Amino acid sequence: MAMTNLEKYDKAFMVNLKVKKEELPGLKYQGIASWDSVGHMDLISDLEEAFGIMMETVDVMDFNTYEHGKEVLAKYDVKIE
Amino acid sequence: MDYAQILEREPYKVGKEEKERLLYERLSWLTQYHREHCADYKKITDGLGYREGMGTSSLDIPMMPVRIFKERELLSIPRDRVFKTMTSSGTTGQQVSKIYLDEETSRNQQLTLARIVSEFTGQSRMPMIILDCPSVIRNRAMFSARGAGILGFSMFGSKRIYAMDDDMHLNVEELRAFLEKYQGRPILLFGFTYVVWKYFYQELRRSRERLDLSEGILIHGGGWKKLQGEAVSREEFKERLKEACGIQRVHDYYGMVEQTGCIYMECECGHLHASTYSDVIMRRMGDFSPCEAGEKGVIQVLSMIPTSYPGHSILTEDEGILLGEDDCPCGRKGKYFEVTGRIRNAEVRGCSDTYEQK
Repeated sequence: MAMTNLEKYDKAFMVNLKVKKEELPGLKYQGIASWDSVGHMDLISDLEEAFGIMMETVDVMDFNTYEHGKEVLAKYDVKIE
Repeated sequence: MDYAQILEREPYKVGKEEKERLLYERLSWLTQYHREHCADYKKITDGLGYREGMGTSSLDIPMMPVRIFKERELLSIPRDRVFKTMTSSGTTGQQVSKIYLDEETSRNQQLTLARIVSEFTGQSRMPMIILDCPSVIRNRAMFSARGAGILGFSMFGSKRIYAMDDDMHLNVEELRAFLEKYQGRPILLFGFTYVVWKYFYQELRRSRERLDLSEGILIHGGGWKKLQGEAVSREEFKERLKEACGIQRVHDYYGMVEQTGCIYMECECGHLHASTYSDVIMRRMGDFSPCEAGEKGVIQVLSMIPTSYPGHSILTEDEGILLGEDDCPCGRKGKYFEVTGRIRNAEVRGCSDTYEQK
């Protein structure tokens, strides 16, 4: 069965930032060692690939929490649910 | 004044009078703020003869000699709020500057860099070739100037590739595949001037390999000092790169780890430009009075960003010439200038001694 958008979204976090599913809520940019600027660019690249979008620079910088990231993606018509 | 309000203004559309008003207001506030939050900064500025309420323009903001950041650890925040420490790229045995960033200053640096660079690259991110090796960003807790530059620029890249392996060998085959994949699309290239010349250009020439980078935009910085021995001028650098890979758009920039974010980009006319968010003042070696346009002097850099460390006004060890203000043929407002080199060693010591004795 195909993955839902939420599953794809979570997977990108778990793979790139090396976190478990239960750690995702409240996760913040620079809040853990692996979500630094290097981890961030890897995460963004993966999300772009998963959803076939290309984010603008301002949105890349605005993408700063697990929750807010969903709102940023909504600007590109990607609904995380 | 809040930095967010300053950042709302366009990077190259603020004229002389408004710029001075912004600069003076923000820098006076920063001076006061750092005097209240950094005991060493207060001592140093007292020593420089600074008194609160004195001064009427941005020319009167006290300036810190850049080497102070090598000699002392200057912060205006509690240590537990430091989340990134950046260091300058000193050669072995040299002391390096240590710059302490909290979340706010680091974020403002990134936002500022994005504002400035987007003026040259556009809002969209593009496939990016980093002309360096991956190991320069491997130590994530402590970045060198080279690593910090690469990371800062990485946000403009969509897909990224490193041009060299960790032995600094050029991966020509991988680059060729990358270029083929993104054929016909603009490609961003970023690297340090010396690395671009030595490990990219010279290697291409030596191996007689040809890459088609006619759609590329190269942004490079870090200075020409190491290239002086090879007598490469900025014009020649561009010309030779164009021959080797067809690249047409090449922008040098001037910037330093002590004021990350506020870089001075080279325009299409070959001039370095101060953006709305920072400024330069050329000063006479003898008495530090401001130079006239066209007169060579030591470069003082002003940045409206830093709140976590007292680095908003710094006297560098570089020399430059102010070329004009608000009237560059490229249409951008603000001061434009050139950097002519480093001040000689004896003079450097001389000027920092002057500070110490006061």
